[in-house]
Amino acid sequence: MTKDQAAKVHLTRAHVRGLYKEMLRIRRFEEKCAELYTQEKIRGFLHLYIGEEAIAVGVMQALQPADAVVATYREHGHALARGIDMSRTMAEMYGKQDGCSRGHGGSMHIFDAATRFYGGNAIVGGGLPLAVGLALADKMLGRSQVTACFFGEGAVAEGEFHESMNLAALWQLPVLFVCENNLYAMGTALAISESETDINRKAESYRMPSTIVDGMDIVATENAARRAVEAIRQGGGPAFLECRTYRFRAHSMFDAQLYRAKAEVEAWKEKCPIEHLRKWALDAGSLHAEDVDSVEAEVASELAAAIAFADSSPWESVARLLDDVHTPRQQP
Amino acid sequence: MTETITYRDAMRAAIREALQKEPRAFLMVEDVGRYGGCYAVSKGLLDEFGPERIRDTPLSEAGFVGAGIGAALGGMRPIVEVMTVNFSMLCLDQILNTAATIRHMSGGQFSVPIVIRMATGAGRQLAAQHSHSLENWYAHIPGIRVVAPATVEDARGMLWSALQDPDPVLIFEHVMLYNMTGELGAGAGPVDIDRAVLRRPGRDVSLITYGGSLWKAMTAAQELAAAGIEAEIVDLRSLRPLDDATIMASVARTRRAVIVDEGWRTGSLAAEIATRIMEQCFWSLDAPIGRVCTAEVPIPYARHLEEAALPQVPAIVAAVRSVVGR
Repeated sequence: MTKDQAAKVHLTRAHVRGLYKEMLRIRRFEEKCAELYTQEKIRGFLHLYIGEEAIAVGVMQALQPADAVVATYREHGHALARGIDMSRTMAEMYGKQDGCSRGHGGSMHIFDAATRFYGGNAIVGGGLPLAVGLALADKMLGRSQVTACFFGEGAVAEGEFHESMNLAALWQLPVLFVCENNLYAMGTALAISESETDINRKAESYRMPSTIVDGMDIVATENAARRAVEAIRQGGGPAFLECRTYRFRAHSMFDAQLYRAKAEVEAWKEKCPIEHLRKWALDAGSLHAEDVDSVEAEVASELAAAIAFADSSPWESVARLLDDVHTPRQQP
Repeated sequence: MTETITYRDAMRAAIREALQKEPRAFLMVEDVGRYGGCYAVSKGLLDEFGPERIRDTPLSEAGFVGAGIGAALGGMRPIVEVMTVNFSMLCLDQILNTAATIRHMSGGQFSVPIVIRMATGAGRQLAAQHSHSLENWYAHIPGIRVVAPATVEDARGMLWSALQDPDPVLIFEHVMLYNMTGELGAGAGPVDIDRAVLRRPGRDVSLITYGGSLWKAMTAAQELAAAGIEAEIVDLRSLRPLDDATIMASVARTRRAVIVDEGWRTGSLAAEIATRIMEQCFWSLDAPIGRVCTAEVPIPYARHLEEAALPQVPAIVAAVRSVVGR
C-alpha cells in the first residue's frame, strides 16, 4: 500500500454511517448532559463540544488502538470518539463510582488506560508537555505509536505551548498537535489575545509541517489527520493541524455570552458538521434515509442505557477517599 | 572497607548505577550533558551513556518536566533535574497539576514514576533568585514524595530507592553539600527513603532537622556537649511523608525539641513538625518547642547579610539552651 492509499479515506456507506453516528453520539450525549446539569445530576464545570464534533471524530479515525490521546477540559467528544464506553463516561459526569475516573475527575478529567486516554487536562496548555513526553517514551522505546494532543487556540498564548512545540520539533517526536481554533478563549477573541492570529504560522516557525483544516468538514478533517499521522508514523516528526471550528454553546454553564453576537453564532450553526455530512451524504447516496433513522435510534438507545447506568451506579465509598493518592507499592 | 567520597561524586555514582541497571532511566535538564551539569554532578556521563540518556534540554522547565511526566506515563523512568528550586516555579504547574494529581484524578489508573532532583538552599552568595529553600512548598502536596539526602550515604542511596517508587519523588540536594566529603561503605547501595534516622544520640533535647542544616546542628551539638547538654539529632530525610514515629519517639525520650529548618519561619516545615509534636507529644513536653529558621527576607547577596539571614550554629545553640533552661 502506498502512502497516499493508506491516507485516503474510503467513503463507503459503512464508513460514512460510522462517522455520522460518532458525531451524533457526541451531540446527543452533550445535549442530554446540559439537561442533566439543570436537573443537578451533573455539577461543577460543564464545557460542551457541540459544533466541534467533526474534529475529534475525524482525527480519531487516523489513530490506532496503541496510540495515545491527550485532551482538554472540553473532552467528552474525544473520550466518546476514542471509544471510552458512554455509560462509564456518563457515570463520570455524575461523579459515580463506575465513572471512568471513579468520580474523582468529573467532566474535565476523563481518563482511560485501556484506550490510552490521558485526560482531561483543565490547565490550558498543560497537556502539551505531557504529549511530548508520551511521544518521547515511544521514540526511546522504539514504538511506532503516535500521540494526538488536542487543545484550543487559547493554549497558543501559553508558554507551555511554545516549549512543547519546540521540544517536539527539536527531538522529532511523534506528536500530532491538533489545535481546535473555535475563535474564543473562553470569552476572549483571538484578535484581542494574539499579535499573530494565523496560528498555522506559529507551527511553521518551529519548522513543523502544518495544515489548515475546515474543522466543520469531517471528511476534510479525517483526510488531513490520516495524512499527518501517516507521515508521523513513518518517522517524519511532529505535525500540526489547525482545525477551524466554532463552539455553538456557551463556554460553560455559567457563560452569558456577552462577548459574541447572536448573528455570528447563528451563521456558524449553518455550518453544523453533522447536518453538513448528512445532507452531503444523502445527496451523494453514501448514506440512506434508513441509515439516518437507525443511527438516531441506536444513539438514543445507547444514551438511555448510559443514563440508567449512571443513575444506578453507587457513589464511591468515603472510606476510599485517600486510596488513589499514592500507588500501592509492590511487595519486594 | 570504606572510601572517602564527595556528595557530588556519590550522587554521580547513584545516577550512573541507575542508568546501568535500569534501561528505561534517563537524565535530562539544560546543561546536563555537554556542560557537565551546573553543579558538575553529571560530568562525564554524556560520554558514557550518550545524548539520548544524558539529554540536554532547552531552557524550558515546564516543557521538559512535563515531558518527563509524560515519558513516565509512557513507560520510561525519567530522572529530571531542575537546576535550582527557584527555577522550579516555572514547572510547578506540571508537578502540582499533573504529576501529583493524575493518579487520583484518573481514579487510580495512571501512575507517574518520575524522579525530579533539585538543588536547594543558600550559602554561595547567589542572592534572592537562586538560594531559597522551597522544599516545604512541595512537602505540602499530596501525591508526591519529598526527600532530602544530607549524607554521602543518602546521596548515593536515595536515587535508586526513589526510582523504584511508583509515584513522583522529589530529591532536594542542598548546594552547600556538593563539596562535602564523607565515608561510604564498599557495599553502599539503596537506602530506605521512608524513615528519619538518629544521627546522634542524646538525652536532653531533640534537634530535628534535614539537608544542609544537619551539619550545623551536629556542630551545635558538639558545642552543647561541652556545656553538658546532650542533643539527640533527628535527620528527617523524608519531608513528605514525615516519619512521625521516629520524631515522637525521640521527643518522648528527651521531652524537649528544637527544629532547624532553612525555610522561612512562617508556614514552615518547622511549624508543621511543631504542631505534630503538640498534637502527639504534648504531655511529654517539659518546655515550649524551639525553632531556628531563615529570617523573613529574600536571601541577600552580601556574605554577612546572607549569613545573618540563615540558621547558624550560635542561633541553634542559643535556641537549645533556651529550651533546656541552662
